[in-house]
Amino acid sequence: MSAVLKPDAADAVLDVEGLSVDIATPSGPLRAVRDVSFQVGRGETLCIVGESGCGKSITSLAIMSLLPVAARRRATRLALLGEDLLAAAPRRVNALRGNRMAMIFQEPMTALNPAYTIGNQLMESYLLHRGGSTDKARERAIELLGKVGIASAAERLRQYPHQLSGGLRQRVMIAMALMCGPELLIADEPSTALDVTIQAQILRLLADLQKDLGIAMVLITHDLGVVARIAHRVAVMYAGEIVEEGTAERLFASPRHPYTRGLISCIPVPGRTKRGGRLGTIAGVVPSLVGEIRGCGFRDRCAHALAACESAAPLRSSGEHQWRCIHVELPE
Amino acid sequence: MSSSVTAAAAGVEPGGVVVAAPGIWRRVWKNKAVVVGGGLLLLIVAVALLAPWIAPYDPYAQDLANRNVPPFWYDAGGWAHPLGTDPLGRDYLSRLFYGARISLLIGVSVAIISGLIGTSMGMLAGYFGGRTDMAVSFLVTTRLSMPVILVALATVALVGGSLWVVIMVLGLLKWDRFAVVMRSATQQVRSLDYVAAAQAAGASTTRVLLGEVLPNVLPHLIVVATLEAASAILLEAALSFLGLGVQPPLPSWGLMISEAKSYMFFSFWLIAIPGAALALLIFAINLAGDGLRDLLAPEGRA
Amino acid sequence: MGGYILKRLGLAIAVALAVSMIAFLLLRLSGDPAIAIAGEGARSEDIEMVRKTYGFDRPLPVQYVEWLGKTLRGDFGESIYFKTPAAPLIFAKLETTMALGLLSLAFALALSIPLGVLAAVYRNSWIDRLCLALAVLGQALPNFFFALLLIMVFSITLRWLPVSGSDTWQHFVMPTIALGYYAAPAFMRLIRAGMIEVLEADYIRTARAKGLPASRVIFKHALRNAVVPVVALAAVQLGFLLGGSVVIETIFALDGLGYLAYQSITFKDFPVMQNIVLLLSVIYVVLTLASDVANAWLDPRIRVA
Repeated sequence: MSAVLKPDAADAVLDVEGLSVDIATPSGPLRAVRDVSFQVGRGETLCIVGESGCGKSITSLAIMSLLPVAARRRATRLALLGEDLLAAAPRRVNALRGNRMAMIFQEPMTALNPAYTIGNQLMESYLLHRGGSTDKARERAIELLGKVGIASAAERLRQYPHQLSGGLRQRVMIAMALMCGPELLIADEPSTALDVTIQAQILRLLADLQKDLGIAMVLITHDLGVVARIAHRVAVMYAGEIVEEGTAERLFASPRHPYTRGLISCIPVPGRTKRGGRLGTIAGVVPSLVGEIRGCGFRDRCAHALAACESAAPLRSSGEHQWRCIHVELPE
Repeated sequence: MSSSVTAAAAGVEPGGVVVAAPGIWRRVWKNKAVVVGGGLLLLIVAVALLAPWIAPYDPYAQDLANRNVPPFWYDAGGWAHPLGTDPLGRDYLSRLFYGARISLLIGVSVAIISGLIGTSMGMLAGYFGGRTDMAVSFLVTTRLSMPVILVALATVALVGGSLWVVIMVLGLLKWDRFAVVMRSATQQVRSLDYVAAAQAAGASTTRVLLGEVLPNVLPHLIVVATLEAASAILLEAALSFLGLGVQPPLPSWGLMISEAKSYMFFSFWLIAIPGAALALLIFAINLAGDGLRDLLAPEGRA
Repeated sequence: MGGYILKRLGLAIAVALAVSMIAFLLLRLSGDPAIAIAGEGARSEDIEMVRKTYGFDRPLPVQYVEWLGKTLRGDFGESIYFKTPAAPLIFAKLETTMALGLLSLAFALALSIPLGVLAAVYRNSWIDRLCLALAVLGQALPNFFFALLLIMVFSITLRWLPVSGSDTWQHFVMPTIALGYYAAPAFMRLIRAGMIEVLEADYIRTARAKGLPASRVIFKHALRNAVVPVVALAAVQLGFLLGGSVVIETIFALDGLGYLAYQSITFKDFPVMQNIVLLLSVIYVVLTLASDVANAWLDPRIRVA
């Protein structure tokens, strides 16, 4: 999906165009990410939504250059604050990671090294990227732990990961990501592995931090409820492609792609969904992404599929709202 | 009855050991370690078994007129004694062949004796748990605390050295790894369904252990046995080298190295040939053992 | 962690006692120890005298308790061959053997850690295969043969190092290599396996996401977690090295406990032989205990429970 030129495109913190990732498998290359494009500006949250295996996590790893060895990344453009990440040397990429762009992951329980204290791990990237004394680093760590809502920060610095609960560890992860004041934060399902009550807290925290620090955030999730709570813009991914993109209000108000519609109808709404009534489902399974793929990936599961869907799924747009479908206007 | 029929149709024995699965020989062939190591080992075994027929001379026949004749690749050597002769004029090639018999005999016997002891202990500990397990673990820890070479040396010195003394001593000392591995393997198998099924069907403990548990821990047993055989061969060589193992005139490779020690400056081949033979045999066994382990339990390897 | 240590300590003491019983009974293997000490062809009066002097006419358990008591007080009896008290003799040589053991361990680790890390980082490449091939070759070479080869090359041909004795540090070079190389493959495989597992962990991905250079990720984050089983193995291997020093010390005439053990065995010097076995076993028990404690201490989850 080629990025729509927005008025402040030149100031986009993250500019992704034509990103594709292929993973080598014994039966041929698996096209995990296919021609994905989007932009994220300052103070904006882009949510990438999709089911498991749609390629959203791989997209984020591709941006961070953290792909596994078997994966191949290609893109027309991949830039952070205008700097080309594709051509950047490994040392430059390391200088940017944890510094200008940071990432937090899904599993807080295993994301921290059990052998070192929280303080050690927090101060590590600050000391590396900013230099300076350990005292300054410690001050910064305490400041950030406070910002993420952890009380008695000084004590926590001396503790080991196993002494903290999952929710606390995720807060520490967020603090760790923010140590060097990055302009871009990528959060891969940050609340999925946590208790429901903690989920809301973490999301609230992320939204507040973004407002406070003005960072650009890419939040990856499979949960539309999360999207509704926190997203400014939404990109819906399916089978490695972005099938619909737009502001959160437009997407929820008038979804254009059959898949997005299907997703939204799956959510039970208290009051509106009848008790004992059927929940929406999307029949079928995700198609295989190995080898050549032609046409619309959703056609086998789409109630509105036509013969033409086999060869093309043209890009449609309406203002800032874009989607890939043969239909301009979906029949009701 | 019907379950074993369907199992046999799938090429799997009721105990779960894959026997005649169609792809198995291809997998064996592709595993270079097993092919090279196993091939080398078979060669050495063949040489050992056929020694009485292929050895050109009697390994004990001394020929004092022809002492320390070098092998054929030296100028002074020739094809009468292809690998030369030792300080007492005995043909080295023949002693090498017969030495293989000794090493292999040691390896196999010690593996069997220590295997029987260690496997029984390990299986009982793993199967019954509780007090039995504690007792066996204590015995293993105690055995592990004793320096094997020293105890073996002391025992041989006290009882007198000979091939069978060495075998008995090593066999009675080297059961620890069998016990440890068999114990954990049994523990894993114990909780599986078909063991419970056999128990529910009223099978006696012996039958369960021998009929259900043993076939399934067999792969681990084989791997440990190869390792212990190699280790035993090296130990015997070291004992014989120190003069407290197999006694002369037996052509143990370790003993041959010891006897050649004082001549090694002038006649290097006297220690190089048996040394290389030992290294080759151990290499073959270890390689085959590693390959076997990959074949039988691929998930266990990194 | 205190409770854990106490339990291990109790076990260690029990094992040490069991081992002492075995060491005590070892002597009885040859039949009548009185005859063994008195020598072949001794007259029956002499044998009786020996029996009375050493107390062999008392019941076995009594003998054991007496022997244990004397040993714990540092009285190891008298060396039949050297005709001096056994204890000072043994402890004097212990220093040399400990030095050799520690040096060999250090050598083995210095060899195996880099190779293991390399093999893991470049897993399944030719580097990996080469390291594994070296490991297999190393384990196939008998240590006494390797020792002789070293002598041939470094003493005879190159004349860089002395063949035997234990006066200078040069005397320790070849024994260290000959004793230590055999332990290296086991360490290498352990490190390789540990590193491969650890490198897949989530916290490694976190470390990379923070922009840490590859060396820092490997050595600070990965190795620290992969090395834990190595520490446990190191303590145990030290025990093996101490026991295996018999062969190496004898070849190089290095004046340590192993050499003394060989001499005492050849000359049927029973008090010395018995007590060396006992001493090495107890050291081994202590090392195992130390390894258990180190294992627990290295894992913050147990240390700061």
